[in-house]
Amino acid sequence: MNETPALALQSEFPDIVRGVARQSGAREQWRVDVSKDGVLPVLTYAKTRLGYCYLADITAVDYLSMPNPPEHRFAVVYVLRSREVAEPLVIRALVPENDAVVESVTPLWDAADWLEREVFDLFGITFHHHPNLIRILMPENFDAHPLRKDFPTEGVGYRDDFPIVTR
Amino acid sequence: MKPHTGRPLKFASVPYDPEVPRPPVMPDPIMSRVPKPDPDSGRTIFNFGPSHPSTHGTLRLVLEVEGEMITRAWTEIGYLHTGFEKLAETLNYNQFIPLSDRMNYLSAINNNVGYAHAVEELLGIEITERCKYVRTALAEMSRIADHLVCIGMQAVDIGAYAPFLWGFARREDLYDLFESFCGARLTTSVTRIGGMLRDVPEDFVPGVRAFLDKLEETLRETDRLLTRNRIWMDRTQGIGVLSKEDALRYCVTGPVLRGSGIDHDIRKVQPYFAYDRIDFDVPIGSHGDVYDRYLVRLEEMWQSIRIIRQVLDDLPGGPINVYDNKRVLPPKEEVFTTIEGMIHHFELTMPKFGFKTEVGGQIYSCTESPCGELGFYVVSDGSGNPYRLRVRPPSFVNYAPIEHLVKGATISDVVAIIGSLNIIVGELDR
Repeated sequence: MNETPALALQSEFPDIVRGVARQSGAREQWRVDVSKDGVLPVLTYAKTRLGYCYLADITAVDYLSMPNPPEHRFAVVYVLRSREVAEPLVIRALVPENDAVVESVTPLWDAADWLEREVFDLFGITFHHHPNLIRILMPENFDAHPLRKDFPTEGVGYRDDFPIVTR
Repeated sequence: MKPHTGRPLKFASVPYDPEVPRPPVMPDPIMSRVPKPDPDSGRTIFNFGPSHPSTHGTLRLVLEVEGEMITRAWTEIGYLHTGFEKLAETLNYNQFIPLSDRMNYLSAINNNVGYAHAVEELLGIEITERCKYVRTALAEMSRIADHLVCIGMQAVDIGAYAPFLWGFARREDLYDLFESFCGARLTTSVTRIGGMLRDVPEDFVPGVRAFLDKLEETLRETDRLLTRNRIWMDRTQGIGVLSKEDALRYCVTGPVLRGSGIDHDIRKVQPYFAYDRIDFDVPIGSHGDVYDRYLVRLEEMWQSIRIIRQVLDDLPGGPINVYDNKRVLPPKEEVFTTIEGMIHHFELTMPKFGFKTEVGGQIYSCTESPCGELGFYVVSDGSGNPYRLRVRPPSFVNYAPIEHLVKGATISDVVAIIGSLNIIVGELDR
């Protein structure tokens, strides 16, 4: 059964897990919503006990302009993969805008290093205890987080910030 | 208007004015983090990239070397950051397909089918049997093209020129086949949501069969040239070793993971398209070095030949696209000749119309691209555009262990290691 790992997490962490939901579409993909303080214990349990030894992805979603948004603005999404179960397990932690800090999972996987740096770079979500949390794709002196929904796609005039070199 | 004199234009010269403030110099982001080596230690710092010919793109490594041995490395990526994920939020689901080509331009079809697969899973569209088989065949052909380039480039970086030329000759044949199918060679954009651009042409199947026979000969020649070649073995064996534990810690995918001896392939673990009905093996290495990754790629091409032959044997008939005019673009003949087809086309492509999606629907869907696991995390908000489209790029995750891999290697090994990871910078930076 595909929902077994999700339900196991819910029964193991009743205070942290906020809900278990089936992702949309034809596939039997289950998503576990956790509170943002419980990311590290839930992922440690999933890695050591449930066999989700493989971190496929870390990403984030900005729900600012969603028609029916969840209670917080951001969500950090972890996709875990197991060697036995075909379907990946999706773990989502909702993160409020004024306290956008999540515990880093770099102690569990070194792959989280760059993936968390990318989320920090493009969404401005900070990862606590990350060894080297700096921008990875945008230049270091860039002052915005482009994948946030309030970052305009046109007319921002970043091109004008760079001086015209006359020689 | 003044008559054209045929002489070059004169440019107004701007005199140098010391009063005009100079633009601020942007600080070098890596160099501020790199500690200055102790002058007595004999260590030096130097730059590898961003425009080094062997990186095949723009990525930068700063290496601290002692003699010729690398003691530490720092990386900087992002030179080709294009903002595809942000751009996707302003395009509808079909309009993103040409952008997916541009991410990994060496295996564009794998990106096309991976993206279309993700959106079809989000919308719950079940594609036709013929489409599944055609997509499988095209994805495997694209995998062969990618691996031929990867092995050829790696060989030419190390100094063997012939495999590069022979591989590229076969890649040209492959691109001729792609051209006969969709009109484009490199950036193909073959898929549509719910099907393909069109059905394969009449001479496609015999053309692919003839190509596979030629490819077998090339693979045998490449094998004879490289596998037992003393220089090739010396340059690649024991270089860039990624142990099993490290491969799992860094969560690498694709041939890099399988070269380290872990049997993990999305085509087997979570079969999509026609892979569950096809008999093929997943090659794995044992040492995790550059040589094993080369062997894995070579064997994967043989397996791809096996897959394509089976697909062509069992290629089912019937329509290639789902007949669902509310969600799948109607065929072009219908659009140009009937009023219903045209209305359906406009309803799908005009802004404020388009796909009817679920509010808050989200899915993670992945396929096995030549570099590794290519995942798409799609979030829909009820409109015809994706609310958020995350690409899980295999190159990005596979490149992350580079600072670990080059430690203890020599500078010439860096070239071999980068080649063996098969980094496509368009996908690395997106």
